[in-house]
Amino acid sequence: MIKRISHAPVWVLDQDSAKKFYTEKLGFEVRTDATMDDFRWLTVGPKDQPDFEIILAKPGPPMVDEEAAKAITALVARGQLGAGAMETDNCQRTYDELTKKGVQFLQEPADRPYGIEAVFRDDSGNWFSLTERKPG
Amino acid sequence: MPDVERLAHLRDAKDLMDRDYAEPLDLEAIAQTAGYSRFHFIRAFRGAYGQTPRDYLSARRVERARELLRNANLTVTEVCLLVGFSSLGSFSARFKADVGISPSEYRAREVRRGGPPPIPGCFVLMWSQANAQSGRSRAPARSVPSATSERKGETR
Repeated sequence: MIKRISHAPVWVLDQDSAKKFYTEKLGFEVRTDATMDDFRWLTVGPKDQPDFEIILAKPGPPMVDEEAAKAITALVARGQLGAGAMETDNCQRTYDELTKKGVQFLQEPADRPYGIEAVFRDDSGNWFSLTERKPG
Repeated sequence: MPDVERLAHLRDAKDLMDRDYAEPLDLEAIAQTAGYSRFHFIRAFRGAYGQTPRDYLSARRVERARELLRNANLTVTEVCLLVGFSSLGSFSARFKADVGISPSEYRAREVRRGGPPPIPGCFVLMWSQANAQSGRSRAPARSVPSATSERKGETR
């Protein structure tokens, strides 16, 4: 039986810049940053969630061929890929903190049936939901 | 490789419209966000997103209006002004062109359905964006998100 999701990839355009963004702006920690030949394995995760890692992957060989990399890069840069939903204990406060740090939001905190939700982008252009779940 | 920097500037302009749709945004200011003159901006934006900035902004306003009509107890005129349209006439015309029915008919239908479907708001936001990009050429006018989802006991 599958027990949990441990890793999920997010396509990023520049791994150095993404590493800075996810650690300095979002407050994540680096789990692994290892390079083998030209391939760099870079993962980060929220401090409170040690059993999950986001793989900050750069589109290109060996994961995808050059042509696919071009298509993925354009999609990310145009802002059309959504990479997931993140949870916060206080959406408005996190929104204020991240905005102060220069994180770009495309939706301010809004009341939804399941909680309070804002939508932001990472430095590559991937969008994420930032949600404070309603209890129950 | 694609010109990532150029696309990021166009994305900034699009995000500005997604975020500040309720403001009286003018094309000049939006173009400036992307670092373009007005003329080149319209062409570049259409190249990246398949529709003009004006059409994109109107589609975003109509989409936000649909949300208010589904969820909020406001008059059609209030909704019209809240999402950034300056006249009821242009709002109703644009709404009908996009959704296929008038704002008041839309709200009546949603009330009959018994509330909004259990789909996260962030997906509704992005869904309408993707749909706006492909929906312009589609005939007849595009429909609203289907509310025929299965409700499994509770919404997430």
